[in-house]
Amino acid sequence: MTEAFIHAENLTFSYKGSNGADDIPALTNISLDIQKGEYVAVLGHNGSGKSTFAKLLNLILEPTSGTLIVGGTDLSSGDLSEAELIALRRRVGMVFQNPDNQLVATIVEDDVAFGPENLGVPMPELRERVDGALATVGMSEYADREPHHLSGGQKQRVAIAGILAMRPECIIFDESTAMLDPLGRREVLDTIRALNRENGMTVINITHYMNEAALADRVVVINDGTLLMDGTPDEVFARRDELRAVGLEVPQCAELIHRLREAGVPIEGTAISTAKGCAELLVAAFSKRGNENG
Amino acid sequence: MDKLCLEHIGYTYSVGTPFEYTALDDVTAHIRDDRITGVIGHTGSGKSTMMMLLNGLVKPTKGKVYLDGYDINSTAKELYSDWLKRPEYQNMRKSTAKKAIKAEVQRRKRGLCFRVGLVMQYPEYQLFEETVYKDIAYGPKNMGLSEEEIRERVLYGARFSGLSDDLLEKSPFDLSGGQKRRVAIAGVIAMKPEVLVLDEPAAGLDPLGREQIFNEIRQYQRSTHSTVIIVSHSMEDMAEYCDDMIVLAHSKAIAEGTTAEVFAQISMLDEVGLDIPQITQLIRMLRKRGIDVPENVYTVDRAVELLRDHYQALKGSQT
Amino acid sequence: MKSIAFGQYYPANSPIHRMDPRAKVILTVLYIVCTFLCRNTLCFAALLLSAVFLTVLSRVPIGMILRSIRPLIVILTFTSLINVFMTKGERLLTPSWEIPLWGAHVWRIRIFAEGLWNALFMVVRIVALLIGTSVLLSYTTTPIALTDALERLFSPLKKIKVPVHDIAMMTTIALRFIPTLMDETQRIMNAQKARGADFTSGGLIKRAKALLPVLIPLLVSAFNRAYELASAMECRCYHGGEGRTRLKILHLRVSDVFAVLLLVAFGVGIFFLNRVGILYTMK
Repeated sequence: MTEAFIHAENLTFSYKGSNGADDIPALTNISLDIQKGEYVAVLGHNGSGKSTFAKLLNLILEPTSGTLIVGGTDLSSGDLSEAELIALRRRVGMVFQNPDNQLVATIVEDDVAFGPENLGVPMPELRERVDGALATVGMSEYADREPHHLSGGQKQRVAIAGILAMRPECIIFDESTAMLDPLGRREVLDTIRALNRENGMTVINITHYMNEAALADRVVVINDGTLLMDGTPDEVFARRDELRAVGLEVPQCAELIHRLREAGVPIEGTAISTAKGCAELLVAAFSKRGNENG
Repeated sequence: MDKLCLEHIGYTYSVGTPFEYTALDDVTAHIRDDRITGVIGHTGSGKSTMMMLLNGLVKPTKGKVYLDGYDINSTAKELYSDWLKRPEYQNMRKSTAKKAIKAEVQRRKRGLCFRVGLVMQYPEYQLFEETVYKDIAYGPKNMGLSEEEIRERVLYGARFSGLSDDLLEKSPFDLSGGQKRRVAIAGVIAMKPEVLVLDEPAAGLDPLGREQIFNEIRQYQRSTHSTVIIVSHSMEDMAEYCDDMIVLAHSKAIAEGTTAEVFAQISMLDEVGLDIPQITQLIRMLRKRGIDVPENVYTVDRAVELLRDHYQALKGSQT
Repeated sequence: MKSIAFGQYYPANSPIHRMDPRAKVILTVLYIVCTFLCRNTLCFAALLLSAVFLTVLSRVPIGMILRSIRPLIVILTFTSLINVFMTKGERLLTPSWEIPLWGAHVWRIRIFAEGLWNALFMVVRIVALLIGTSVLLSYTTTPIALTDALERLFSPLKKIKVPVHDIAMMTTIALRFIPTLMDETQRIMNAQKARGADFTSGGLIKRAKALLPVLIPLLVSAFNRAYELASAMECRCYHGGEGRTRLKILHLRVSDVFAVLLLVAFGVGIFFLNRVGILYTMK
């Protein structure tokens, strides 16, 4: 068995209570492995602890207890040198929610260069990396624009390019589409998908949009700081009632299948995470009935 | 009846600079009384600008906005000739009447933002007071109400936006994101506006938060019979919660009517690149595969009904 | 999607725009020195010509430059008047007008030719100063290039522990966030206006108080942004200026050096022209 890129065992994190108050647990006993090249969605309602999980992965927060190994580096030992920390953050990049609050420079290409500049990447490699990253996210023609003239989706793609230019192995998207309109969201999701499929990037997308989770290979549901579900989108969406109990919902089409089944329509199959899959199931169910007719 | 009426509205930002930008172009739209009207469109389609026109925050570069038939941007000068004939001004001396008209126009202008209450996008960023109570009271206080009335208004606003009483003495900055948003909405509802405008009220909230906030808005509308306008780019939410809809695209209003009427033109919505609900897409796929269901289905409830009936019919024909 | 015209930068592709920003900073300093070197009619004529030359070279529309002078008209008029009425010289142009004030006091208006010249020179000097600095720097250099240039020009100060890099980074971030915060201010003001806030009426204290509902949320949001930005910068491996490379390496070209030398020559020329006293020489 190959070693997992991310290995968490009984991972626990508590926020320090202020003024001697009790510590506030945010994550308790999370155990899971994420392999290289996986596309994982982490689902949960606001305040479920899903963002805390993301922040542990590149040590913005330090684990309180348990084991967390990322790319062979043990993050739970608590004694990383500055050089190791920088190496970790280069390998595990993070794109945040608010596109405005993560762009540093006043010109797009300068911003993309910020990461590799910090890593001391010399010219002309630096130039290659910046141009390459901008091309990957489809923002080459905006290289000399000012970020505040861009749309939300474009800004977020610039932020992604800024991470890509550091040549990471894994990118975490911490609710990166929450503030975007449908068009911007689609731009970013298409970019994420391409990164995973074409560049083999390990992708972790923290989100509360069910339709986004459906795009991943694997969905992890976190509720009240504990791991509730872990499976393919089809498997997770099959457990609609449990999801609803923790303030989540399934995509409309999956909901439809559930409700039809409850109404006594026999629909077989499990592929309920996409509209296409649901259509297939329904066609099959109806034509079966039709055939019996004939 | 039309509560609000926009006629041939044009709005251009930064006229005469290299950044000139037309947000609205010859927009005519009607918003009916006692309904929830959804305004849908892309970012940059002019939605937010349109909302700021309704309460006088910005003035249209072209066209007129009528509230109950009154042009909200009219000046006293434009009104003199008409209003001087009105009985209440007829008996006055002309100069006194003019003064009175001027004062009336001023009063209406000042009162406009209280009649058309606007909740902007991400309204939690406007909170500033020490306590939730004081923050909700900001609007009513600006209306010049008495302490007693203000108190009544604050409780009224808090009740409709689902804030429990024990939160009122807390600092708004200590609340969760969803609660902060509710405080901001309560602050506008507390002004008891005739028209409540909400710009993306559920942006960034999780599914449960979305559902709760939309249900509260619906409940508010149904019990007060006021006019509510919701701006959103989520077709799924619009289909679920709105009675009427206005569709904006490229600075123009391209469709208006009841939600059913607008969704009947679904192919047009597709063309302007709006995200049509997943359920509608599914029904279309089924139709393409030869399953005989009506085309314009845009809520899960309706789809369940139709497909269940379809199945029953198949089963029925079998026996 | 409202855009804010930020700063004075006027995008164009002129020889001045293409110049190394460090050269432009040096040129600006030299130009300022030149304006103060001028003493006589010839010098000021040369100065005025140089300002016109620079404007043409920069391809910045003359209207824009004139607009930037407009706010200075009050100051220009005021200093001119002071010069005209207060300078005492030898060539008296007016008969001694006397304006009775109170009691036995009178104000004697005497205008000397020297006063008129001084006023004229002063106006030329200020206008040239303004045109020179704006054409050489603010209209033709992006704020970010300027920050960059200053960081490099002052980098020797690192030896005496001046945090040049940090100051430059802070300036860059400030420049990046000014438009964002301006948008935000507008948004919050609109939100409070929608709740009946009135920012325009009442006395000074009332108006200042009316701004609190804008300033507090703005401050809260700015702190949030700062916090998030700090996280994002850490995630992008920022660890101070040490070992950083740069995407944009500034190259001082021959033409830049030439331009600096030319301006030095211009200064020397003025120095000598000052000795050729035609019409009038300032004391």
